[in-house]
Amino acid sequence: MAKQQPRVDAVIVGLGWTGSIMGMELTEAGLNVLALERGADRTNEDFAYPKPADELEYGIRHTMMQKPKQAAVTIRRDLNERALPQRKLGAFLPGDGVGGAGAHWTGVLIRPTPTDLQLKSFADQAFGKGVLQDDMQIQDFGVTWDELEPHFTFFEKVCGQSGTTGNLNGEIQPGGDPFEGPRSEPYPLPALQDTQNTEMFDKAAKQLGYHPFPNPSANVSRAWTNPYGMQLGPCNYCGFCSRYGCLNYSKASPQTCILNALKQRSNFAYRTNANVTRVELAPDGKTATGVTYIDEHGEEVFQPADMVVLASYALNNVRLMLNSGIGAPYDPVARTGVVGRNYAYQIGGGIHMYFDDIEFNPFATAGATGRMFNDFSPGNFDSAQYGFIGGAKMHSSQASGTPIKTPLPKTAPKWGQGYKDALRKHYGHHMKLSMTGSVMSYRSNMLDLDPTWKDPYGMPLLRMTFDWKQNEHRLSAFMRDRLREIADVLKPDYRDESFNLEGSHFKVTSYVSTHNVGGAAMGTDPSTSAINRYLQSWDVHNVFVPGGNAFPQNFQANPTDLIGALTYWSAKKIREEYLKNPGPLMAQS
Amino acid sequence: MSQPDNTSRRAFLRNTFTLIPTVGLAGGVSLTAKAAEAPPNLSDYQPAFFKSDEWAFLLAACDRLIPGESEGKGPGALDTNVPIFIDRQMDSPYGHAERWYMQGPFVLDGSPDLGFQYPYTPRDVYQKGIALTQAYCQKQYGKRFEQLDAATRDQVLQALEANQVDFAALGETQKLEASEFFSSLLENTKEGYLADPIHGGNKHMASWKMLGFPGARASYRDWVDQHNVDYPLGPVSLTGERG
Repeated sequence: MAKQQPRVDAVIVGLGWTGSIMGMELTEAGLNVLALERGADRTNEDFAYPKPADELEYGIRHTMMQKPKQAAVTIRRDLNERALPQRKLGAFLPGDGVGGAGAHWTGVLIRPTPTDLQLKSFADQAFGKGVLQDDMQIQDFGVTWDELEPHFTFFEKVCGQSGTTGNLNGEIQPGGDPFEGPRSEPYPLPALQDTQNTEMFDKAAKQLGYHPFPNPSANVSRAWTNPYGMQLGPCNYCGFCSRYGCLNYSKASPQTCILNALKQRSNFAYRTNANVTRVELAPDGKTATGVTYIDEHGEEVFQPADMVVLASYALNNVRLMLNSGIGAPYDPVARTGVVGRNYAYQIGGGIHMYFDDIEFNPFATAGATGRMFNDFSPGNFDSAQYGFIGGAKMHSSQASGTPIKTPLPKTAPKWGQGYKDALRKHYGHHMKLSMTGSVMSYRSNMLDLDPTWKDPYGMPLLRMTFDWKQNEHRLSAFMRDRLREIADVLKPDYRDESFNLEGSHFKVTSYVSTHNVGGAAMGTDPSTSAINRYLQSWDVHNVFVPGGNAFPQNFQANPTDLIGALTYWSAKKIREEYLKNPGPLMAQS
Repeated sequence: MSQPDNTSRRAFLRNTFTLIPTVGLAGGVSLTAKAAEAPPNLSDYQPAFFKSDEWAFLLAACDRLIPGESEGKGPGALDTNVPIFIDRQMDSPYGHAERWYMQGPFVLDGSPDLGFQYPYTPRDVYQKGIALTQAYCQKQYGKRFEQLDAATRDQVLQALEANQVDFAALGETQKLEASEFFSSLLENTKEGYLADPIHGGNKHMASWKMLGFPGARASYRDWVDQHNVDYPLGPVSLTGERG
């Protein structure tokens, strides 16, 4: 018999961005809220200078990331391959501990476009029959730009978003992204400083007729006090950003932006090393009664709650739903069920360029430093003629100059004196052109429970079935050609490139992206979405599942701004309607 | 953007700043207690994990992977205590694969694109890889690896890298491949060469000085907008050593 804790009004599983936001919103509504975090506690003191400035510890050994030992993901590329566990981290690096991935992200805080939120409607209108793959199952999010706009604006204030406004209430502004959806307010703070690569990219992109603008950043350019009274200091371009905790109180994170305000509230509490294994349901399966977790002593504990918020990483949210029997598991053959359906990802590619006579000082940078352009996002160019849907943000970003990760030309010797010579010659003389591309959802890209491997508590691991499809290969080839044109303008002394082109398969061995999305998609149709447009489980009405899991497919940029906005959107509905009258917020017609 | 005197100016600045720690240490001044502890000499170091014959292999291999000044500019793996770094890593969470998923079953015939599937920790990989490579050298040359001349050691390393050494034929039962052992060894060697000295390698930040990486300075607000200009200051380590 599990130990039982006193009942709370709401239990939040995971204390990263979404858990912290829900914590603020639900405590503000007067609820007694408890957050359970499976990793360790982490405060700003853990990131005090010089601790984070340790590439081996954080950049290479992934000390702030999830431990596969606790919950690996098994991976296969198609429904017939035998999935194998990802025994050590590789392709993606989910966070661990208080703050989650929000404590060590890069800090690119960018909105999707209005079209991205209604991609299925766009596809139906802009693509003739037979143009797109027939196993594609893209959908609208079920929420519109106008509905989300105030929540983007608020979350961006929480983060001190720095950048250049491109569209203010429909008026195009100089220097910003002319393709962005209309913002109701300008960026809270001006853009970060430009680096050498930024300046070069900007010039070349403009020469080719594109519309570059500063990467929207959650590394703040100026001192900022956010709506919760939390203070961020101006970024000092320390060069230890993506994969590192911020040593300067400059990167927006749950720690710097929310948690110290939340912890002051007497109706909020949190426990760390509390690994939730499942949500417990009432006998009729229609409501949750609380969650079961394993505490730091390895003891099983039942935590009763009137409401459960699954606020862990997208992949783990899906796993918890599957392990708890919340919603029907997706079956890709019968094409029934919804949990695990519409898993999607992010595709990358780029050109490494080396300039013998230019000093880039790559160590002097913020995570989000750089420029991008959005000329190739859906609706801004005619991709139908190239046979694909989706888009890419095209950018030159400079995330770090840490030496173990120094890129070298593919032809450089890997060891021996030649390696040393190549290091000396190329360190600091490199810049990258990148594309970050959308990934659509498909019948066979999905998540379910692994039949073989289990975690230390005996719960099945999550199994991911994922591969690149023709649509994404075509997108990559198109974007590669555009990046090559930029490289031609810049004329590096040496260049090489890497893209996922036709015939290439997903590999788990090297880093791809930690933008794993979907698997418990939001929507307005319970036969194709696991949660409704308020992020509420269709089947168990007191379970809400904010996170990247809600995306029905991925768009061509970073997910955090949308995840934050969706969480506030969901919280608003909970506060205004659900708490007064708990039950399904949308009818299952 | 051209800077004709780039190299000479950089050399001048480097030389100027390398003088700082010498003065500091001579005067008994150190920023932290740890900084005062001089890194050990490789020849005095007693490995904690590697047995003496394994240690001899590791020194001889690292010396070929990143050779010293005798072969060209820049410090080598032995000059920078890389073997000490690797020995210390063997007793870290990494060496014990503490964070990895190590529950069976272990499926060894899947696609290599699905990643590492061996039932081995990095400690196991080193012990097995070294023993198997030594067995190969005995069979091929009648000598231990460290007894071979530099050119022959390079040939052995190339054979490991290209997976042309058949570990299974030498007695390996879990399908550990020569190229897997080689890539761990090479990866760890580069880490030890380029990581902060706090982890035991990169003695006196020698590799950072070669590259022009300022280490843990981590503050460039005044520098970020100075484009295509050499950064003039030498590196600082996590314990406050200056180079």
